[in-house]
Amino acid sequence: MVTVPDSSIPALRVQGLRKAYADVVAVDGLDLQVEAGECFGLLGPNGAGKTTTIEICEGLLPSDSGSVEVLGRRWESNAKELRELLGIQLQDTQLTEKLTVDETLTLFQSFYRQPREVGEVIDQVELGEKRFSRVGTLSGGQKQRLAVACALVGDPQLLFLDEPTTGLDPQSRRQLWDLISKFQAEGRTIVLTTHYMEEAERLCDRVAIVDHGHVIALGSPRELTESLDVSHLPPPEPRKTTATLEDVFVSLTGRTLRDE
Amino acid sequence: MSEPRAFMKNSMVQLTLVRFREFIREPEAVFWTFVFPILLAAGLGIAFRQRGPDKLQVGVLNGAPASADVVQALKKDSTLVVGSYDDSAGARALRTGKITLLVAPTAVRDSVRYVYDPARGEAGNARVIVDRAVQVAAGRADPVRVSDSYVTEPGSRYIDFLIPGLLGMNLMGSSIWGLGFAIVTARSKKLLKRLMATPMSRYQYLLSFLCSRLVFLILEVATLVGFGHWAFGVPLRGSLVTLLLICLLAALSFGGLGLLTASRAKTTEAVSGIMNFIMLPMWIFSGVFFSSANFPDAVQPFIRLLPLTAVNDALRANMLEGTSLAALSPQILVILTWGVVTFFAALKLFRWR
Repeated sequence: MVTVPDSSIPALRVQGLRKAYADVVAVDGLDLQVEAGECFGLLGPNGAGKTTTIEICEGLLPSDSGSVEVLGRRWESNAKELRELLGIQLQDTQLTEKLTVDETLTLFQSFYRQPREVGEVIDQVELGEKRFSRVGTLSGGQKQRLAVACALVGDPQLLFLDEPTTGLDPQSRRQLWDLISKFQAEGRTIVLTTHYMEEAERLCDRVAIVDHGHVIALGSPRELTESLDVSHLPPPEPRKTTATLEDVFVSLTGRTLRDE
Repeated sequence: MSEPRAFMKNSMVQLTLVRFREFIREPEAVFWTFVFPILLAAGLGIAFRQRGPDKLQVGVLNGAPASADVVQALKKDSTLVVGSYDDSAGARALRTGKITLLVAPTAVRDSVRYVYDPARGEAGNARVIVDRAVQVAAGRADPVRVSDSYVTEPGSRYIDFLIPGLLGMNLMGSSIWGLGFAIVTARSKKLLKRLMATPMSRYQYLLSFLCSRLVFLILEVATLVGFGHWAFGVPLRGSLVTLLLICLLAALSFGGLGLLTASRAKTTEAVSGIMNFIMLPMWIFSGVFFSSANFPDAVQPFIRLLPLTAVNDALRANMLEGTSLAALSPQILVILTWGVVTFFAALKLFRWR
């Protein structure tokens, strides 16, 4: 059921976006273009405007000014169609604790015209053993995977993930990375926000660093690291290997998910 | 839609199922909706049940040869409670009002003396009853045969007043709590926002609450009315279809009110306050536990405009007097108006995020 989107149309095009709340300007003239098939990262400190930007792109918040085009469509005229094409994971959604994993996904599935099979999505996020358990009994990592499963069940072309791995253990995090990579391998697009630089380096083809409501740097992780003038930085600690501490942790503790 | 699988995958069906599951898996909600009203009805029904004539406490002085026979004779009368006393205890019981009359058999055969205070109302009554029992035991025959028939008409008792009132209160409570809490919880947990990001129809989402309410409504009406009818013989003089229709309109109308209370509140604490603010006046003024006629004439027009007053009046008229639907049109109009106005106001004000 993979429909490869027209790669000539950008998955997301944002121009001159502006959004002010009562006391603060959250997004201040932000421009962004995400190509189809790309994994794109929005980085930035808390309060930089990442979540506001993403929620405007998801059609959940109105903007004050500027234009947003998602998969070549606009929210003003194609909202219903766009909701069919997007998969969304919000930062702090709490799904109904009284429902089981299977019931939750069946509910979300029922909203879409051409959804994926619930069982298949459950297997993909490795919640098979918890399929008939109540959401209230899941661990943090399992809840997060369920949230991603809810985003995937509509068979989306474009996936928005807002801090998908915050608070997860390294096993759960790597499992989500695999999932994101597979999704991208099917020719689909991902826009994610994260606080983990390592995550952005591993996953993202390009990243935009956002601060004070606009983009202050844009490029591939390699371009950005190479553009950094290191001459005035303190010399790094000498390292024996190029692996990170997290690599060591995972090689010692294994990649098996630890949920209980 | 023809095959069951497709039916189960319909979003309206799924949303309604979620409402069911949320409700059934919340034991507290089930208790307050189904068990509590029955406990309340049973408790109040028993407390305010019709009692027979009060029993009279009388005493017999022991020690005389005929004492035991007199006690036996008095015990045959079910309106008397008989105790046996010696001299000093008998005098004290009489003085403190524990007994109204003391029978003192004398040493002379076939002779008794009644000791009582004629100023006490029930003492004269006790004298008549005790004397009858003593004389009958001694062999007096009544020349005239009599029979008694008591008047306790179902429909005029407190329990008959109470059951329709409890039903109305329950319909209001479960609509307003059920909708208000579920919606505000979904909003405060950002679930409402998450659902807005899917192609889900907002109209179906709100409708699913009303759909599930209607199914539970039938259960609520059946348990409470069935219990009242079975345990206390509360009459059902009107048509059951009309009764169900009144309940249905009431549930939808209160559903609109529930939606309105939930339309903007961001936390369950906030919505609890709003719900109590809305429901408390109706618990007091709308004639749930006592008739609203107890309030001054000046406020009666306002009381009649409250939705719960209209619902309670219509339910009582249907169940106790068998009033037809057409004759209930003023109440129906009040119920419908509240439903329509609150529903559209809620749609206008509703905050999806």
